[in-house]
Order: sequence, then C-alpha cells, then structure tokens
Amino acid sequence: MSRSLNLVLGLTLALAGGLAAQEQPVLVTGATVMTASDAGKIENGAVLFQNGRITAVGPASEVDAPSNAQVIDATGKFVIPGIIDAHSHIAADAINEGSVAVSSMVSIMDVIDPTDISIYREAAGGVTTSHVMHGSANPIGGQNAIIKHRWGQDAEGLLFEGAPPTIKFALGENPKRSNFGGIPGIPDRYPQSRMGVMDVIRQAFTAATGYKAEWDAHDARVAGGDRNAIPPRRDLQLEPLKQILEGTRYVHAHSYRADEILQLMRVAEEFGFRIHTFQHVLEGYRVADEIREHGAHASTFSDWWAYKVEAYEAIPYNAAIMTERGIVVSLNSDSDEEARHLNQEAAKTMKWGGMTEDQALAMITINPAIQLNLEDRVGSLEVGKDADLVIYDNYPLSSFAKVRTTFVDGEVVFDVDRDMEMRQQMAAERTRLLEMLGEAEETDEAGDEAPGSGNGGTR
Amino acid sequence: MRRLTTTALATTALATTLALGSLAAPAAHAQESDTYAVTGATIHTVANGTIENGTIVMRAGQIVAVGGADTPIPAGATIIEGSGKHVYPGMVDAFSRLGLTEIGAVSATNDQSEMGDWNPHLEAYQAIHPASEHIPVARANGITHTLAAPGGGTISGQATLIHLDGWTVEEMRIEESAGMVISWPRVGGGGRGFFGFGGGNQDRSFQQRLEQYEEDIAELDEWFGAAAHYKQAMDAGSDRVTRDLQLEQLARVLDGGLPVIVQANDERQITDAIEFSEKWGLDLVLAGAEESRDMAATLAEKGIPVILGPVQRTPSDRDAPYDEPNTLPGVLHEAGVEIAFATFNSSDSRTLPYEAANAVPFGLPHDAALEAVTLGPARILGVGDRLGSLETGKTGNVIVADGDPLEITTRIEHVFIKGVPVDLDNKHRRLWEKYKNRPAKATTT
Repeated sequence: MSRSLNLVLGLTLALAGGLAAQEQPVLVTGATVMTASDAGKIENGAVLFQNGRITAVGPASEVDAPSNAQVIDATGKFVIPGIIDAHSHIAADAINEGSVAVSSMVSIMDVIDPTDISIYREAAGGVTTSHVMHGSANPIGGQNAIIKHRWGQDAEGLLFEGAPPTIKFALGENPKRSNFGGIPGIPDRYPQSRMGVMDVIRQAFTAATGYKAEWDAHDARVAGGDRNAIPPRRDLQLEPLKQILEGTRYVHAHSYRADEILQLMRVAEEFGFRIHTFQHVLEGYRVADEIREHGAHASTFSDWWAYKVEAYEAIPYNAAIMTERGIVVSLNSDSDEEARHLNQEAAKTMKWGGMTEDQALAMITINPAIQLNLEDRVGSLEVGKDADLVIYDNYPLSSFAKVRTTFVDGEVVFDVDRDMEMRQQMAAERTRLLEMLGEAEETDEAGDEAPGSGNGGTR
Repeated sequence: MRRLTTTALATTALATTLALGSLAAPAAHAQESDTYAVTGATIHTVANGTIENGTIVMRAGQIVAVGGADTPIPAGATIIEGSGKHVYPGMVDAFSRLGLTEIGAVSATNDQSEMGDWNPHLEAYQAIHPASEHIPVARANGITHTLAAPGGGTISGQATLIHLDGWTVEEMRIEESAGMVISWPRVGGGGRGFFGFGGGNQDRSFQQRLEQYEEDIAELDEWFGAAAHYKQAMDAGSDRVTRDLQLEQLARVLDGGLPVIVQANDERQITDAIEFSEKWGLDLVLAGAEESRDMAATLAEKGIPVILGPVQRTPSDRDAPYDEPNTLPGVLHEAGVEIAFATFNSSDSRTLPYEAANAVPFGLPHDAALEAVTLGPARILGVGDRLGSLETGKTGNVIVADGDPLEITTRIEHVFIKGVPVDLDNKHRRLWEKYKNRPAKATTT
C-alpha cells in the first residue's frame, strides 16, 4: 500500500513541481564551467537554464540569453554540477531497524525529516542530491530514499521523483554487531560472524526465489486467462528481494574487507542478481578486477581509516586503484559533516592516487549519478538535465574552495549573500522577541523572578 | 659535495626520500654527512617572510643558515636542488592522539584515556607507541611534531610533545610534559544518546545537571587546594607529609610552571575555566573553544591562546550559521588571540593543513593560517624558540613541497625531522604499491 501511495504522491509531485518550476531563464556566464561531461572544462563558459532544466552549456560567446533572463556574472568563478552524495543519513527520523537481520520491509522514505538543517548546510557545501540510506545493522537492510536538497519543501517534496528504488545490504562488523556489545537497547542477535552474515543473505534469497516462483506462476495463470487464479499472499519483507531478483531494485552493499566483498558477489551470482554498488568498500583495491567483472560500482571514502579493525587496511589510494581498474567510483560522506566538503575529498584522490581533475570531479558528480541510475537527470552540465549546479568563488577541487550559490531544479537553495541577509533577519527577530519578553516581564512584576531567568548559581 | 638532481628526486618521490633510511624505519642518521642543504627554493620562513631562490642549511639537527642564493653551503653537504619547490617549517598537530591509539573501536589499542577522574600524575609519554602505523602516515603529509594528549576524566593527565620520528620515545621527545590536560566538566545537554538508544543525561533536569556541574567544579577546586597545600608543605621542607604523586604532579601547574590545557567548548566552560585559572595562577591554554567567538576580545586581552577544535565539524547548534566553524579562527585571529589548529585525532592527523585552509576563505589570512600550524602552536606549547619557523638555531623540522602545504593537491616531497630526512613510506603507500601492481585477474572461463 505504501508503495502505491508513494507512486501516486510521486506523480502528483512531479506535476506540481513542473508547474512551480523556475520560469525565468537564468544565465550564469563568464565562469570556468566544469561540466563533468565529454565537453570537459570550458573557460569563460556559460550555463543557461529554465523551468528547472539546462537549456544551453558552452563558451559564453555561444550561449545567448533570452531578453527576460536573469544574468549572473560569474567571471573568475567556477561552476560544477551539483554534488551527489551516494551515501548519506541526513533528513531521516530513524536510520536502523536493528532488531531483525533482514529489515527489507522498512523504508527510509517513510521517515523523511524535511526540517533537518543538514539539508541546507550540505547545499551550502554544494550537495544537491543525497542517497539517504538505511543503517548497516542488518545483512539485508531497509529501503533507501533519494532526495534533492530542496530546502523548505515537505517530505514528499524532497524525494527525487522517479528515482529507481534501492536497498541497503551490510557486511562485516556492523551486521555482526561487533562493536555494539553491551550497549543498552541493542540486542544480541544472529548473525555474529561473517559466515552468519552470508547465511542470512542466502536464506533470504532462497525464500525470495520461492516467493518469486509463486508469483511468476500466478502471473502466468492470469496472463493465460485464468480469471479464478488466487494470488499468493503478499510478503512485504520478500517483495523488495523479488524486485532485486527482477532487476528493478538496486543493491547498495556496505562492505569493508576484500573477502566479504568477493563472497557477496558470489552469493548474488548464485541467485542470479548483481550487487549494483558497494558502499565504503575500503578494501575494494584488493579485489578491483573481481568487482569490475561482476559489474558493480564502488562508493568509498577519501582517506578515513583505522576507526575499526575492518578499516585498518583502508588506504587513500583506494578510489584511484579502483578507477584505474575500470570501476565507476564515487566518494561519499556517510556524514552530515563530511558532506559539506566532498569537493575537497575528491581533490584528495588527485593528491594520493594521481587522479586527473576530470576523474576527481566525476567521483562526486556523474559517477554517483550512475550509481543511483540517475545519470540521465543529474551529475553533469548537459542540455536537458536538471539545473542542479554550484558556483564556487574559486577552484573547487581545493581546500580553499568556497561555495557562492547552489541551484536545485534551477532554484537557489543556497546563496552566500542571501544567507547573510537571513542571519540579519533572524537577529532582528530575536531582538524583537526578547524585547517582547522584557515587556511581558515588566507587566508581570510581582517580586518573583521571571521564568527563564534561572536562579541559584547560574549566570 | 653530493648532489641529487631533481630527476633523481622525482623518481624517489613516491617511495623514499634520498637514499637514506630503510622502509618505514625511523631516520638513520646520515651515513655520509649530517649536513643538508636545499637550494634554489622558495623559502617560507614564517618568522621572517619569504625568500625566493633561497637556500637553507641544516647541520647536526639544526638549521644553521637560511638565506639567498649566495648562502654558503658547507663542504660535504647533501644538496637538494629545490628550484620550483617550496620549503616550509614542519607542521605541528597541536592536539592529537598520535601514538596513543591504533584502532578506534578496539579498546585494547586505547592508551589515551585512563579510568578515574583525577589523573594529574599520568603521562602520555609513558604510553606512546613509536611504531604506531599512524605516525608515518601523518609524517608523509608534512606533520613533523605533535602534542600527544591524553583524554578522559576531568584531570586527564600530562601531554607530551614529540617529533614524529625516532626509534624510541626518548628519541621522539621534545617535551616529556608539555601541559596538563583538563577536560572541563560540562552541564551537558541530554541529547539523543548513542544511535538514539538513550544517553547519559536525558533523565535529568537542567537544574540537576547544573548542580552536578557545580559539584564537579568544587571537587576540581579541592584538588587544586590540596595541591597548593602539598606544595606549601614540601617547599617548607616538611617531613610529615607522605609523598603523593597526584598532588606532586598537579602542583607543577600552580605557579604557571606547566601550562594547563583545558578542553572547553561552551561559553560557561570557557568563562569558568578562565576564572578558575586566574584564581590559581595557571598558565591557561584553551583547547576546543568552539563557542569562544563572543569572548575573543577577552581572550586576547588576557593573552589566553586557543588550540582550535576542528574546523571540519558541524556548527554547534541548529540555529548557528552554516559557516560558524570556518569563521571562528578568523574572528579570534582578528581580535589578537594566538591560535593553533589541531585534529584531536590520530589517524586523521594528516588532514591538519586542511583544517587551517578551510578557515582562509572565511576570513583568516593565509599567512595566519600557515602560522597556526607552525610557529603559533610552537609558541603556545612553549617551544617557539626551538621550533615552528625556519630560522638559524632552530631544530631542523623542515618540509619541501611542490606548493602550498595547506592545499590538498600539494605533494610533500621531503620531510626533515631533527635535521635528518625521514622516510615518507608508510602502510598506505606500501599497500598501494602492492595492489596497484596486482597482475590483471585472468578472465574466468
């Protein structure tokens, strides 16, 4: 039921979004435009967009703005596609349903929190799309949500309409609950070993295979004209796994060690599906050829290591080695802090792994778009794609980079000057409220201390 | 005179420096000479401006000359031709856990915090692991020394200032005890607890938490009072007082003899820490100080330096500006506060320069950012006369880079610690070399 509801809401939203979309054309011109497409980097370039879509990209001299366009002079500045964070946990009221080893029936889409300030702060770091994932407590986790950073919209309004559904898997220490022993509220449960993790997945797909067979048989009867066919009982836990087997839901598997990465691919192959993207995949550099051969993508960290045993052999060259071995690699944050400077994390692959500027930029734009099956919508500055873009004051793949303006669907979601204005408005509002409180206290003068003024020892 | 060409350097840049030192081993003392010179480079002295086409000479562990192209180079010196290169003082992570922890999630590798709240007698020095894999990782990005600091409890213990090279901690030692670390009590805000499973203060009212805080401060005050009495008795030569290691060590801070590094972030903590320090005559250094913005003038006036908490953190509360962590360093610097950057971490220590860089587009002058990872922390930690800048007579902690070390894409090509080139190999580089050279997997038949 929730799925069909989501679908309806999604369609409604798409229509509403279409009506509300940015109508005045906007031309950002004079900037160095880094397209993350075959067009590469355009010095003195321009991007034109209207109704939330890019309508022209090219040298400034070749992009003509309609007379009614808002023109943003970005001379000396840089423009890149909106950053896509392939692994996030923001804007959600809950992350882990950790009580069971298979939580495929739950969905982050049901718990989106549109008031999470991280949506705005990350937009201030250039992020325009985030893959909001279920946690890593279960070998097979919950369904994820993909949002756009449309700060100010409600929960449905944030959801990336039409995004192909994904699901979280997790391997290693987290689903084993290795580092969570003795914490109140966190139950011990199967599995406790990497053997058990693989078994949970194998058991679940054994059940899902049977479930799919029942439905396939039923669908065949219906297709054959059997109007009396009784459908099998619907199983909300197995339904997403059936979708995985049918190739309509994409697996994003949290993983660290090379051996578990390899074993999950083999289990998937055994059941005839594919791991779409390995998340974290910190030892991906050890089995890069196997990952490529399986057809999986990889979304990793730039340089985190040593925070747990399975991260002790993580290296900052991981993204580079996997890229050189032919894997589509992205860099993700897994953190509301790290997401604010993914541009800098991309730059680290140029330092440590010798990646080119194009390769580094791709890791936070077009590559995560591919990993989310959204490369036709976002991830590069190309005509027809969503007008999600970031203006930086200076070179973006740098520790000195600063975002000036971020657009989502052609609308400004962050602008450094507007932010300053809003701060002043907030300060004025605060002053006004405090004055009102002061007046209220004066009229309430009865010898007692006013509420909130504290007592005994406070300053 | 042995001369290394830039071509030779280019080939060695990825694996080792010069021809010295075995893999990942602390620097062997020079086989042929204890004299090194970098010539033709841009020398960023931090103390005395920048010298184009400059020469720096190190001998017997110290910088013996810094100057222009005409600077004489002693016979027998190993020379690095540095044209196009940039020479900087080695960077210092002003508050780290380097050598005190290896794997965060494994308590067996934790030597950074002890049980109990009152540990003035504990020294990081006793627990530093010179063979930690984290040390060569930090070093490879130009971090040459650090304050390895304990945590936990209220009086956490004494922090040690170390070079990031040495066969033993004795060879790494700069100052065995560089400061007494106090984790200032806090009222606490309840919060969501761990993963939403409940946390420490949720079930207590603000008033209860405030009372607890005041009890904690009173207890801290009692400790200092006891230390003062102990010191008084000892100074008077009393033979009626039993030696007490806790009080003996705590007493070292009383006349400003040992800096007190107070980890404090919110305004209440900072205000109270200052008041407390003035009462007891302490040489106060603040660490963290996330909410010190409105107190910048006070800190400057009182001469209280700040080891800044991470710039790469989320703002202190929901309503704080998005760039609050980035603008704070500039605000403090502008007000005249001495600042230093730090990672408060071990595995991430190599990212220190980016903490500084991230404040630059938000108001901190670039020179001040550089100073706050070199000379600033050296002064704060009491070794400004020995470290932190490229000046004659200072210890030879020097880095050679192809650009600005605060910029991510810059490569650190040589690191000198105590005047000797150190190996830039580490666990990460070894694994990279190994696995990037893995033969292509034979296609499955």
